[in-house]
Amino acid sequence: MIIWDALAGPFIEFGFMRRALVGVLALALGGGPIGTLLILRRMSLMGDALSHAVLPGVALGFLVGGLSLPAMTLGGFAAGLFVALASGLIARLTPLREDASFAAFYLFSLALGVMLVSLRGSNVDLLHVLFGTILSIDDAALILIAGVATVTLLALAVLYRPLLLECFDPLFLRSLGGAGGMIHAGFLALVVLNLVAGFQALGTLMAVGLMMLPAASARFWARQVWSLAAVSIALALLAGYAGLLLSYYGALPSGPAIIVAAGVLHLISIAVGPHQSLLMRYRTRGV
Amino acid sequence: MRRLPTWLILMLAAFPATAAPIRVVASFSILADLTRAVGGDAVEVTSIVGPGGDAHVYQPTPADAGRIEAATLLVANGLGLDDWLRRLAEAAHYRGPIIIASAGIGPLLTGGAPDPHEWQDIANARVYAASIAAALEAADPDRADLYRQRAAAYDAELADLDRSVRAAIDTVPSVQRRVITSHDAFAYYGRAYGVTFLAPVGMDEESEPSAAAVAALIRQIRTAGTRALFVENMTDPRLIRHLAEEAGARIGGTLFADALSPPGEGGDTYVTMMRHNTEALVAAMREN
Repeated sequence: MIIWDALAGPFIEFGFMRRALVGVLALALGGGPIGTLLILRRMSLMGDALSHAVLPGVALGFLVGGLSLPAMTLGGFAAGLFVALASGLIARLTPLREDASFAAFYLFSLALGVMLVSLRGSNVDLLHVLFGTILSIDDAALILIAGVATVTLLALAVLYRPLLLECFDPLFLRSLGGAGGMIHAGFLALVVLNLVAGFQALGTLMAVGLMMLPAASARFWARQVWSLAAVSIALALLAGYAGLLLSYYGALPSGPAIIVAAGVLHLISIAVGPHQSLLMRYRTRGV
Repeated sequence: MRRLPTWLILMLAAFPATAAPIRVVASFSILADLTRAVGGDAVEVTSIVGPGGDAHVYQPTPADAGRIEAATLLVANGLGLDDWLRRLAEAAHYRGPIIIASAGIGPLLTGGAPDPHEWQDIANARVYAASIAAALEAADPDRADLYRQRAAAYDAELADLDRSVRAAIDTVPSVQRRVITSHDAFAYYGRAYGVTFLAPVGMDEESEPSAAAVAALIRQIRTAGTRALFVENMTDPRLIRHLAEEAGARIGGTLFADALSPPGEGGDTYVTMMRHNTEALVAAMREN
């Protein structure tokens, strides 16, 4: 009973804890499969780059519409999508490779975002606003995150096969020509969408953590793409739950606490996961 | 020696008091307003930290040093709030007087350090105004009479203000005079007018809040039965809205603590600021 109180009590007593947990669940549902596909497509760092690219759009949305969820979301989505598509386009039209082009654009975008942030000379510190906290998720933000998760899962159901083939044959989508390009663009749009949703809850730096860390950990627990995605979702949810408890009992900021929990789960996965973890490696050698 | 032209004589006779105003630089907006109230048109007051700015975290700029260099008098609050003014004056090679407006008022101690927000008690603001008037008289003796007259009139206005604040607070039953606020600036107000200001448990304005802090504040509101909540400048304004909703509290609006509001926003002079704060506090405490 005491353990039950300790583990469930905060969520029973406080609405904001329940809301945060629901927010994490929605983020996990969208981010888990996206993170898995990013890793399988060797685009792990792309998520990080894109999460920074979102900043100037959000800042612009804030300058125009104030603390309005639609303005900031729309701005962030537009900016992220622009950087993703422009990088892809430049990679095709010039000798610059896509990762280099991404790096260039996201650095440019990040600096532009910070500049826009400082334009707002009022007392409301935009940086604080930009580093959203999961404890302050309201109904509108929750609906947005859940909507993004829904769209992501539906879109992935449609794009599943071509995306999967691309994972194992990186030239597959290019061989499709125009259709391949559309699928790639659609996938990038999903990535940006999930980052914008995560950013509402966790801020730019942390949003990508809940997407990539569980996906990287899943590698040690599952083999098939669908099970990798499922394990990612479960690990992200577990990290969110543990992080919220950590934030509650340890008086730690919630966003970093959640990502630290995901990091600890990652270390555990590397150490003792059933597939090719350090422990398994040691055992097979011992035999 | 040639006689002065007639038109010049006429002009000098027509405008005997239009000597150039003396330049005064105050460290922040509230002091600037008090100086303006006492000095009127005879002084040209600039404030280094403008309305809405925070004097605690001010960063000097070269333009500020320039303004200080050209000043006849500097007005500082003292008690650690604006120590940077003295350093800035030295850097700008300013040789004139610096008046410490809070001099002579015994400060409250918070955690061993003196609390600099003395102006939140109107009795103290009257001392501020008198000190500033005396400094203006010394710096600009030609217009000493003017300063003395204006200071007396302003003192009467502040005395009125003090009475009206007391009357407004008195409309709230004394058990209800409790407010939770993140501002640490209201100790003097609380002492002078009998309002208890509770600091929100666990919250601080700069760092990202933890779940523990939010939970503690909700519990505090529930158990203390204090629904009047003035907590702002949080990392995320949505958080506090949200929290108030969950705890059944009422967000009391804006209190101007360390700075006046920008012009036209209800607290752009010391007098309107104190009125605004009192109205907001009374309205919120009635809900307790």
